[in-house]
Amino acid sequence: MKASGKVIKYGNNVDTDVIIPARYLNTSDPAELASHCMEDIDSEFVNKVNKGDIIVALKNFGCGSSREHAPIAIKESGISCVIANTFARIFYRNAVNIGLPILECEQAANEIEEGDQVTVDFDAGIIINETKNKQYTAQPFPPFMQEIMKSEGLIGYIKKNMK
Amino acid sequence: MKMTMTQKILAKHANLEFVEPGQLIMADLDMVLGNDITTPVAVNEFRKIGLDKVFDEDKIAIVPDHFCPNKDIKSAEQVKFIREFAKGMSVKNFFEVGQMGIEHALLPEKGLVTAGDVVIGADSHTCTYGALGAFSTGVGSTDMASGMATGKAWFKVPEAIKFTLTNKLEKNISGKDLILHIIGMIGVDGALYKSMEFVGEGVKTLTIDDRFTIANMAIEAGAKNGIFPVDDITLEYIKEHSTKPYEVFEADEGAIYSKEIIIDLSKIEMTVSFPHLPDNTRTIDEVGDIKIDQVVIGSCTNGRIQDMREAASIFKGHTVHPDVRCIIFPATQKIWKQAMNEGLFDIFIDAGAAISTPTCGPCLGGHMGVLAKGERAVSTTNRNFVGRMGHPESEVYLSSPIVAAASAILGKIGSPDEL
Repeated sequence: MKASGKVIKYGNNVDTDVIIPARYLNTSDPAELASHCMEDIDSEFVNKVNKGDIIVALKNFGCGSSREHAPIAIKESGISCVIANTFARIFYRNAVNIGLPILECEQAANEIEEGDQVTVDFDAGIIINETKNKQYTAQPFPPFMQEIMKSEGLIGYIKKNMK
Repeated sequence: MKMTMTQKILAKHANLEFVEPGQLIMADLDMVLGNDITTPVAVNEFRKIGLDKVFDEDKIAIVPDHFCPNKDIKSAEQVKFIREFAKGMSVKNFFEVGQMGIEHALLPEKGLVTAGDVVIGADSHTCTYGALGAFSTGVGSTDMASGMATGKAWFKVPEAIKFTLTNKLEKNISGKDLILHIIGMIGVDGALYKSMEFVGEGVKTLTIDDRFTIANMAIEAGAKNGIFPVDDITLEYIKEHSTKPYEVFEADEGAIYSKEIIIDLSKIEMTVSFPHLPDNTRTIDEVGDIKIDQVVIGSCTNGRIQDMREAASIFKGHTVHPDVRCIIFPATQKIWKQAMNEGLFDIFIDAGAAISTPTCGPCLGGHMGVLAKGERAVSTTNRNFVGRMGHPESEVYLSSPIVAAASAILGKIGSPDEL
């Protein structure tokens, strides 16, 4: 599996309240959630995001509320991958469980900048910054989580294992 | 191999002799929780699995508390959707308005969680039940769906930070000041992926309501769970509220912790978290002159009877500042009645504060106290992120009920000493 796109960059502690504010949580419709994605820290996000784009952020991405609406909004926006220094643990679980590709890589998160063109090879765990001509290796996922992601999320994994 | 308290609970629920940090396990669940925001997403995922029943009707709790009583048509539709699911699946613990309280105050009070349990909830503050010596942690909606289907959840076994508490808190200092102090010290990711285990002689001086407040905010330091040892205070609470069998786990002598932090409780001061992160703390004497527009006292963090009593002890004989709206939210119907019967409502109403039915509403900017652009609130809730209580340019300052009540009277952030 590969992803390739332009980078949208954020800083430390991007919380799920700013990814999708609670005032929009009276729906679980992915398209409606995506139309407000990142609204409170980046009102331009919905206008600038293109299918395949990659979010890169620093420490503790997705902290705060457990709302799965946050990774759903990001995925539905067309984001192909989120790379961060670290993820808050509930966001990490939720992303794996819904099949939103994420990678932890401190050096890549620190060095990649807004607008860079980045390609990710998930099987090899390799991140390539085409703009700056640099390559990084991310922490590989444990096999169990790779299985979940190959099943397009936890529900797919459960269905496969119930047969 | 020596284990922490959390590791021992997880090992038992995974049917393993030992577990070690980083190990991936499948654990049996004693309770699966969701609310009106997270359950609709979970129900849709559950339907995709194609099962016609849940793993155990008694071990699921659904609490419509966030946008309830329904704040608008869409919220009403969401609650209707989960109510029908709960009925169709014969889920026993569905709490309608009138029975409903804020989930993390309600579940312990209803006796649905107890010492030694493993609990997941599609709400980040599910870590609250660590106060009772349970392993409980917040997850997302898909985990809730999977939990309802299989009765199991996957976990990466966490390492732990040991907080050894000594001495006792001074007058007007509460568990909220302690946990804000700790988050300020270690940061919002200071316990990322880890357990926070509280031990030491000081634990015995903390009331059960203090412990709920402290465990509740473990997530604000990024922790997987916060947990207290089971002592006489815990057992008294459990016996009063629950008939479920419980099991007491203790950390092994010589268990390995990633870090140990010793805290002298007598040194903790009134603490306030400034915008826009819970770790942006200052002690009350460092606050300066900050005028406020609203005070909220309540939530899963501080809506229990002790919180109501502490707020009332400050409001007695005083009135809310004319420039401030003060709204008080007892967290459950039982707490509401208790506060009313103890005469606390007379004090609140005479002071000019409003009292609401239980709801999470204002804490997440949902309803019942949303902030306008540029407004500031002192709140006993747990998060002060950008836009958390309303407009993205509003501000939230987190505090204890005592500081919140004093601030409501003063019209600015302050302590009871200034009254």
